[in-house]
Amino acid sequence: MLLIVCPHCGPRNDTEFTYHQGEPTVRPMPDATPSVWRRYLYEEANEADWVNELWFHGMGCRRFLHIERHTVSNEIRVVRDVADA
Amino acid sequence: MKGRFSAFGLLRRGVTGKAWPRQFAHHDVQPSYDVVIIGGGVHGLATAYYLAKNHGITNVAVIEKSYIGGGGSGRNTAIVRSNYLTPEGSRFYQRSLELYERLSEDLNFNVLFEQRGHMTLAHDDASLRSMRWRTEVNKFEGIDSEVIDPHQVKKLAPFIDVTTRPRYPILGALWHPPGGIVRHDAVVWGYARGASALGVHIHQKTEVVGIDVAADRVTGVETTAGPIATPIVVNCTAGWASLVAGMAGVRLPIVTRPLQAAVTEPVRPFLHPVVVSGSLHVYVSQTARGELVFGASVDPFSSYSTRGSLEFATGLAQHVLALMPSLKEMRVLRQWAGLCDLTPDFAPIIGVTPVEGFVLDVGWGTYGFKAGPVAGEMVARLVATGKVPELIQSFGLDRFDRGELLGERAAAAVGH
Repeated sequence: MLLIVCPHCGPRNDTEFTYHQGEPTVRPMPDATPSVWRRYLYEEANEADWVNELWFHGMGCRRFLHIERHTVSNEIRVVRDVADA
Repeated sequence: MKGRFSAFGLLRRGVTGKAWPRQFAHHDVQPSYDVVIIGGGVHGLATAYYLAKNHGITNVAVIEKSYIGGGGSGRNTAIVRSNYLTPEGSRFYQRSLELYERLSEDLNFNVLFEQRGHMTLAHDDASLRSMRWRTEVNKFEGIDSEVIDPHQVKKLAPFIDVTTRPRYPILGALWHPPGGIVRHDAVVWGYARGASALGVHIHQKTEVVGIDVAADRVTGVETTAGPIATPIVVNCTAGWASLVAGMAGVRLPIVTRPLQAAVTEPVRPFLHPVVVSGSLHVYVSQTARGELVFGASVDPFSSYSTRGSLEFATGLAQHVLALMPSLKEMRVLRQWAGLCDLTPDFAPIIGVTPVEGFVLDVGWGTYGFKAGPVAGEMVARLVATGKVPELIQSFGLDRFDRGELLGERAAAAVGH
């Protein structure tokens, strides 16, 4: 269980949120080679470290949030609205 | 590792009270081996065992960072079956089932394989349709598999509620008689004992911290017990597979997610087959000790944490009670989590890599335990002969370049 401190709603259970994606990746151009497409489509970093993620607070403020989480301890150190860059 | 287990030996020990000898030997880490296997679980130890037994390659080290069978091998729900959806998958897991059937005899170690039958419930027309598809693929591959109706479900598992309900009605089930449960720790210990008796070195509490690669060739591994020179490294890890592959500069299409499971207090035997419900994200079996073992689908975000959560426990209880309302007084004894290396197509990655001498046996998602024997046998053959055996040709890493994914998702796990 994660306790995510939403900047709009306060501390909430992770079941209110949807994990959207890990580290953002850039979509290749249509003429990219198969190995570039493979890297984009399938090869996530899968790091055991601090990672930047996108979560959606669907049962709360319905805002997309930028979250920094450690994938081994599940500790969260940054939660902010993606609009607040 | 000295002598064979027998009924007479058991009686003799019982009468004399003499302690059992250690079943696998301890060795110091040698400066070089012919083959180094990373990961001392079912896959790593089976690979070592078959390398020694089938191919006579005994100068082998199994490097385990914790204790043998402490990862996925000790955290799975011990279910074995072969009723997969793709012909490649069905064939592969069928071979594993056949090896499991003979394993106790082969290892001279009782792995307590009970072929109680495996039943996957259908709650909607779409599930029933895909089950008919699966049975046809299975029958074509010579696998015992059929679709049964709710009356037969009730007969096989009387505690299941098959009454007409608005939510999750039971329309039928996929019935797979040869499926069942195995004592997972015994499989690990049996392979360790067998491999050790043939000369394999098993190094526990030894962690691989680096893989040496020179000119796209493996030259050795760095461990917490010093460097080891070797021309062949086999990655048999689960959970950390992509990190270990990263040490050799190989990227894998894997995300790691925890899968939670739980066990109840023991009760009298009442549930014979393994019961699975994909829609309810649950599978349940009763162990020989009488405990009910429950597994679920993977957690909704990637993590290397093996902590359990309250959401899992409450969700599990709701789902189990929807199937078997009479269990409402049962108490959960404990819950745990294991790490699953998920691939995009829910099929494993076995075979060679662009780095010569670096062999993969990874990406076992939620189906690694049942494939342990066949994966060990095939990886051993690959290492010994240098050729990829036909049975695992579709599981290579290069399938992601060619776009030849396997599509095993519907039959490999619950919750899709």
